[in-house]
Amino acid sequence: MSAATGKAVLLNEHTRHEIDEYVARFPADRKRSAVLGALRFTQEQNEGFLTPELMDAVAEYLGLPPIQVYEVASFYSMFETHPCGRHHVSVCTNIACMLNGADDLVAYVEKKLGIKTGESTADGRIFLKREEECLAACTGAPMMMVDHLYHEHLTPARVDEVLDKLK
Amino acid sequence: MSAIAPDNTVTITVDGVPMKARKGDMLIRVTDANNVYVPRFCYHEKLPVAANCRMCLVEVEKAPKPLPACATPVAEGMVVHTRSVKAIAAQKSVMEFLLINHPLDCPICDQGGECELQDLAVGYGRDVSRYNERKRVVKDKNIGPLVSTDMTRCIHCTRCVRFGQDVAGIQELGTTNRGEHNEIGTYVERSVDHELSGNIIDLCPVGALNSKPFRYSARAWEMTQAPLVSPHDGLGTNVYGHVLRGRLMRVVSRRNDAINECWIADRDRFSYEGIYSADRLLAPRVREADGSWKEVEWGTALEATVQGFKAAAVVLSGVVAGASSTVEEYALLAKLAGALGITNIDHRLRQVDFSGDAQGVQPPSLGGAIADVDSLQALLVVGAHLRREIPVLAHRVRKAAMAGASVWFLNPAEFEHLFPVAGTIVAPPAQQLAELNALVVAAGGKPVGDAAAVTDHHRAMVEKLRGSERKAIWLGALAQRHPQFGALRAAAAALAEATGAQLGVLAEGGNAQGAWLAGCVPHAPGRAAGLNAAQMLSAPLDALLLWDAEPWADSLQTSALYALRGTKFVVAATPFASPELLEVAHVLLPIGTFAETSGTYVNLEGLWQSFAGAVQPVGQARPGWKVLRVLGNLFGLEGFEHLSSEQVRDELKALLARGSAPHTNGAGNVMVAPVSNMRVVDVPSYQIDAILRRATALQKTKEGRSAAVTYGAGARS
Repeated sequence: MSAATGKAVLLNEHTRHEIDEYVARFPADRKRSAVLGALRFTQEQNEGFLTPELMDAVAEYLGLPPIQVYEVASFYSMFETHPCGRHHVSVCTNIACMLNGADDLVAYVEKKLGIKTGESTADGRIFLKREEECLAACTGAPMMMVDHLYHEHLTPARVDEVLDKLK
Repeated sequence: MSAIAPDNTVTITVDGVPMKARKGDMLIRVTDANNVYVPRFCYHEKLPVAANCRMCLVEVEKAPKPLPACATPVAEGMVVHTRSVKAIAAQKSVMEFLLINHPLDCPICDQGGECELQDLAVGYGRDVSRYNERKRVVKDKNIGPLVSTDMTRCIHCTRCVRFGQDVAGIQELGTTNRGEHNEIGTYVERSVDHELSGNIIDLCPVGALNSKPFRYSARAWEMTQAPLVSPHDGLGTNVYGHVLRGRLMRVVSRRNDAINECWIADRDRFSYEGIYSADRLLAPRVREADGSWKEVEWGTALEATVQGFKAAAVVLSGVVAGASSTVEEYALLAKLAGALGITNIDHRLRQVDFSGDAQGVQPPSLGGAIADVDSLQALLVVGAHLRREIPVLAHRVRKAAMAGASVWFLNPAEFEHLFPVAGTIVAPPAQQLAELNALVVAAGGKPVGDAAAVTDHHRAMVEKLRGSERKAIWLGALAQRHPQFGALRAAAAALAEATGAQLGVLAEGGNAQGAWLAGCVPHAPGRAAGLNAAQMLSAPLDALLLWDAEPWADSLQTSALYALRGTKFVVAATPFASPELLEVAHVLLPIGTFAETSGTYVNLEGLWQSFAGAVQPVGQARPGWKVLRVLGNLFGLEGFEHLSSEQVRDELKALLARGSAPHTNGAGNVMVAPVSNMRVVDVPSYQIDAILRRATALQKTKEGRSAAVTYGAGARS
């Protein structure tokens, strides 16, 4: 594993190890290709969001100008560049889910957590990210995504079960 | 353009006209070369292709959709229509999309009148927009004191981003977020610090990036344009001065592929602010008997000058000129000094060691053409903070390095070059000569003084220099400020001879070679050697003419002010009345700056570039050559009858054509004097001359706020 120097010391050993494995998939002079993966591991390390300091750390670790990391982090919706909760929850409200009661489900989740879509709970546990557009799970409508896992055929009871399990 | 090999040539048809092109060239290059205009925003000849604005869509037969001309390689038999119904429809659609979010605030936009979007909207835009929804607003960024931003106007061509990535070598700008929220910025607010960053103002096709100092001060169409040459380094960078009602409002780049291409350094672009500094000298002044200053007529001031010099002993009279005056001024200075019998004349204010003078070394020169720097294969740079000293030349070195050239440095510190460096020898000033000598020894040459132990590192460098076809060795400003410059130069010459490399001396100032050629050195051919700049500024003289020089800042002689205070009679021909000058001078003669005089600069490749000036000097200031010409008359001297600066220049050219004493290449037996005070000073980019020191916006940049760094024994840094 490369040693962490400068700003890259913000990345812990586990994250650096993950990044190294990811970097190895690309030609040696194409470290820029690994930005996406590196940011994913870094966001994981920071429990759900990236900070400018962490993005600088990734840039330094990969030997890139920081702006190239900011570009990627701000482009992709799976990266959060502002403080938010650990678990990212988004309920699909596209047509199939809507016809199966997604709007009521969103209202239920918001009421249950006491926050609006786009907000995080005060304890930093859950971030109600956005009303998701179609995630291609229409057969299981209504559905929601929690930390990249799909939960389908949702009812209020099933939502309770999923969200209450989140630490 | 180089000749096209027949087997690489294809023939395409554009708008019914057959055109020859090199296979694989992008279509837009071919149409440009044949004067067929295809509209574009993101394409720029000097930048990599992005194809993201889509404005250059053209119809290509057999292609199902219109293709972007900037990213479509030509192939044999291609039939292209740039003005067909399909092509025009595509171009108009793109324009309509670009204008969706563009604010169309042209009446309050600085770019108005010189805006590529505005121009093309006339040809391709609709009279009335079909778009009735809200336009987006993008928050402005603060990217430093030089470039103002109005990011709502941005059309995302990414020219500025690609400039950073591929020209500057440091990407400071990028495109963040996506879709509707896509914007150009630095993400985290930070200033754009690169020394060429101002070029993004020229590159930006809309009013998103504009000149901050120039902002809201004039309209493009009310200004007149005058070609000028930048005075801040020896490259002879071509610029235009834009003038409104007798005032230089801004400076932009003037394309010259043989010198600066289309790039200019920030100091070339923003130094004009210094011309109008508050301490500008507006009228001649003479010091009264009680020590107070009195504004006088030109005649009175010049008469006082003549009397003062006539009263002084010739051996204790001197002329110290700055390094960025015109050839005409230098020629008349040298002629005047010569006629008065004054041999103490020099322009090398930051030089410390003059031992090379006895060898009759050549005037400073790059040793080759500037354009050929791009294709160098090996380069050794001795004592240069290259990006700081000659930014645009550093860009050419970068191009060579990116193309695979091996570039080495021998420097007192590791500087940030922003290109791959083959190797650096970091040596304190006291060891630099020995390190250079080690290279000479490794090359089988005769070292100048002691050499360090030859290592594999030295041998590898020499091998590479030897093995390359196009190679050079340069001495930068840090070498010229070195206490052993004479020996360093001789050693570099020996290495150049042993390896067959070109020797270049990148002298400071905008016209160092011109100053030498005109005879503004104490050891000029045909006369006895006089005092050099360091000697003149180390002890008081009887009479001294300071020509556009501020020795307390331009010289490294700590004794400069002391010497000037003690000098009985100091005449300063200067654009600026600084407090120091008001303290030490006896007569002040206001002269014009580089933009206020006609004249000529000789750049480091030996190119004479004459210009007519852009504006009249402020107040009663006069072009320097006129002042000297009249001074010659008042001294009652022959040969000061010139009616124009061209006559002065041509007289010097004729003199040079007749041949002055031959110079050697400096590889003779140079004395290597032991030096106790082995220091070298790295002067920040915006402190090197009087105009730059007064350029307010440049002073606010990171480089402008940095202090000089001294390397070497007991240095305070």
